[in-house]
Parts: sequence; structure tokens; C-alpha cells
Amino acid sequence: MLRDMTLGQYYPGKSLLHRLDPRVKLRGALVFIISVFLFDSVIGFSVVTAFLLTGIILSGVPFRYMIKGIRPIIVILVFTGILNLFWTPGEPLWQYAFLKITRQGLINSGYMVVRLIYLVIGTSLMTLTTTPTRLTDGMETNLAWLNHFKVPVHEIAMMMSIALRFVPILLEETDKIMKAQMARGADFETGNFFKKAKNMIPLLVPLFVSAWRRASELAMAMEARCYRGGAGRTKMKPLNYNRTDVCAFLVLFLYLAGLIAIRIIV
Amino acid sequence: MSLILNHVSYVYEPNTPMERVALKDINLTIEDGEFIGIIGHTGSGKSTLIQQMNGLIKPTAGEIYFQGRDIYDGDFSLRELRSKVGLVFQYPEYQLFETTVFEDVCFGPKNLGLSEKEAGLRAFEALEHVKIPKEVFYQSPFELSGGQKRRVAIAGVLAMRPQILILDEPTAGLDPRGRDELLDELHRLNETKGMTIVLVSHSMEDVANYVHRLVVLEEGAIRFDGTPKEVFVHCEELESLGLRAPQVSYLMRDLKQKGFAVEEDVTTIEEAKTSILRALSWQNRMKPC
Repeated sequence: MLRDMTLGQYYPGKSLLHRLDPRVKLRGALVFIISVFLFDSVIGFSVVTAFLLTGIILSGVPFRYMIKGIRPIIVILVFTGILNLFWTPGEPLWQYAFLKITRQGLINSGYMVVRLIYLVIGTSLMTLTTTPTRLTDGMETNLAWLNHFKVPVHEIAMMMSIALRFVPILLEETDKIMKAQMARGADFETGNFFKKAKNMIPLLVPLFVSAWRRASELAMAMEARCYRGGAGRTKMKPLNYNRTDVCAFLVLFLYLAGLIAIRIIV
Repeated sequence: MSLILNHVSYVYEPNTPMERVALKDINLTIEDGEFIGIIGHTGSGKSTLIQQMNGLIKPTAGEIYFQGRDIYDGDFSLRELRSKVGLVFQYPEYQLFETTVFEDVCFGPKNLGLSEKEAGLRAFEALEHVKIPKEVFYQSPFELSGGQKRRVAIAGVLAMRPQILILDEPTAGLDPRGRDELLDELHRLNETKGMTIVLVSHSMEDVANYVHRLVVLEEGAIRFDGTPKEVFVHCEELESLGLRAPQVSYLMRDLKQKGFAVEEDVTTIEEAKTSILRALSWQNRMKPC
């Protein structure tokens, strides 16, 4: 039940997308996010869809893994859909009391929902094919220019990779404590909202205690190995671009340029 | 007949690249009043196996019967099962959460729907069983020493008065004295209260002295099932599984190879002593003075 979270979960594999340099994938995700908000015509929409589908097929990750990421945002999807549907001005197609649906509203709400879904799938595609370590490595190098503005890029990247690393550990821990309390007759499923919240105490207290303990142990272990930030630190596996990465950049550039062209022309 | 596992198999995350077979066709019957040791190397499926026994994870194939009823029958209450089959997890001290030791031990009985008074009574009894001094009853469980936390957590399960008590590596991280005290206490519960005890461990020394029956797991399947004597005779095979028989078993084997008339199927130091003394006196008699 707790393993349903896709965001930040790596799906092991050896596909083309898995092998790409994380910096390419990060920029690719950025380009994709921009492109999702760029299209406003059927042609643009088709291009974006084709791009996403190609990505999914190339990744070799089963489609249902991408779908999983959508479940938690269903509420947001429904909310956005309804807001856009009823509150877009224009010539009404259907009207009842103060509610009216316009042609423009119908299109807007459809596009908005699709955009959000694409957004989640697109970013999941990146996290599913990149290990957290490589992802933060990529971020660190991509954002190195921020160092000039006294932004502690390395520290932030380290914090992120630790946080990502702890997601599965804490999930496992939650599962374990939950089972231990269930063995003592705890009930996490029945009851109304307040009862459920109260029943969470036997789970949350041990979880917090253990998270603190783990954090302090990790800090101690890092200090014992003389960790003191990024200055002068070398990498065991430095990131290098190869031919595939260059090709991928080219594809991304063409994709973005094409979409901008479509937007201007159509 | 108390608990029966019939052709139980379990697969973690089926149909994903992370798929892993944890249990393969396990057949196991646990009778009332038994003291069973389950041993196996890390990853042999011990923890998965015991979680099947109180319905925390459902087998992907096979059935589990408790007192003659399938535990996954529609009207069978898993909560009731969990109160009768008490499970103490590895490092149980991580489950403590209440403000006082006493309150924490009361958690289980209260979940059974018992009154405040009855729950308290059971908590007192359980804490006494695990030898927690009265002074710490109303302290925060987080202030106790590691060994005491462990015992409080075990008391938390004991307070539900289970018929079967399953413990996953209860002695991990305890000092030798704490380990012996805990095992002695389990022995006493088994002897005097007739509680069925299932002890999961990877230390042969731990289990050899206490259990009546030993189940050895290897890669999710039962490799040996018998009395410690029967199992420890297979020294070499156990070693190939990454396990070791108790040290006395090796000593007796070596003595036998050196030509002493000792018995080889000895598992405790006490038995070894008798056997060696007997062999020596017999040899002395044979010697022409």
C-alpha cells in the first residue's frame, strides 16, 4: 500500500533513457515542462504526445508505473477540470442557472487536465530512469553557476540526495512499525477521520524517533569520514557527455524549436 | 493441533523486475506447547515465514490454519488471531511510543477491548515476567537502556496473553547476560504456562540449549526439521548454508576422530561433560595399570 509512490522511485533497467547522462534528462524534463504549456493547437498537442510516447517506449518502464503517479493528484485534476469548465468566459453551449459551459471552457479544461497528467508522467519518466545519486549529481553540475551567487549548490544537492535516499528507508520503516503495532492489535483502517488520526500516534512517534536517530547517526558517520562540504571534492564517477547525449540534445532542441514554430504559425 | 502451514509460498513484488521468491512450498505444523527454533542465514525467509503465522502478510499460495480454521476465511478475525499468536519483531524497542513504560505495555490489551483495570493488571503481570523493576514503570520508555527497552517491548506482546509467542531474533544486540536471562524467561513461560514459543535466530548456541525442535530454512525452503540432536549431526551441510552447529558439536566430532568413545549427537555443554567423563573412565579402566 505504501509502495504506490512513483515520484522519486527508480525502476532498474538498461534502456536508452537509463543510459543517458542525467544532465541531459534534467534539461529534457525542463524542455518538456515548457513544451507542455506551449501548445495550444491540436498539432502542437500531437507533437507533445508523440514525444512523450516515444520517451515511454524508449524507457522500457511498464506503463502502469507512470499511471501510478497520477493517482495522488486526481483531486487536483478534478478541481482544475471543473474550474476551467465552468468559469471560462465565452459563448455558452449549455446553461443552467448560474452554471454555464462554453466552448472555450471545454477546450481549456481538457487541455489543462492533459497538461497536468503529462507533467506528472514526464517528470516520473525522468526519476524512474535515473538513480537518485545520478540525478543529484546532474543537478549539482547543472546548477554550478549558482555558486557565483553564493548559493551552496553542493550542500543543497547533498541534502536532496540524502532525502531521496531516505524515502525508501522510511517507507520500509513505516511498514515495519505498522506491522509491529498491528501485531499488538492496532487498527489503522477503520473509524472516522479523528479516530484514524489518533490511531496514527503509535505509528508516527516511533517513526519520528527513528528518523532523528538515523539522521544523527548519518551525520556522525559523515563527520567520521571528514566530510566538510563540496570544496575540492572529486567524484568517483564523473559525468561525461558521449555521442548519444549530443544526439539527445539535438533532438530536444529540434523538438522545442518545432513547437515554438507551430505555436507562431498555427 | 494449533497452527498449520500448508504448501505456503510467498513472492515479493510479483511481476516486477524486483520480484523475489521468499518462501517456497512450506509445510509446517506447530503443536501446542512446543518450543521451536527457526534458523537460517540472512535472507533465508525467516522473517517472512513468521509474518505469515499471524496474518500480517498473506501467502501468494497455500493455506494457514489456526485451531482447525483457515485464517483467511471470511468470518475469521485477524485481529483476534494476532492476539493469540503474539509476534515480537526484530528490534521491538522501535515500536515503543507511549509516555510511560506502563502505558505502552497497556496498548495491546486495550486494543483487545479490555477495561482499563484489566489491561493494567495484565501489564503489571507482563512487566514482572520480563523482570522490569517497579521504579521504571512510570518512566518514559525512551529513557531506558537498550536491554530494558527490548524487554518492555516483549512485555507489550506478552500482556495480550498469546497462546503462541513468536520472537524474531530477540537476543540480537543484547549482552551475554541479557541474552541468557531472556532465553531463561522464555523457557520458563514454555514450561510453566505451556505457552508455545517460536524462536527465530541465526545463533545455534542460543537455540540449542532451549528448543525441542529445530527448523532450518534455506532460500525459503525447509532444509531440516527435527530435534537439535538430529539436526546438528549434519555439521557439514549446515556450514555450507553459512550456519554453524554449536561449538560442542565440533569438539565432540574432533574427539571422536581422535579415537575417544564419545557420543557425537551432543548439543549442550552439560551432555558433553557427561559423555566425555564416561569415555575417559571407560578408557582408564581398559588401561593396564
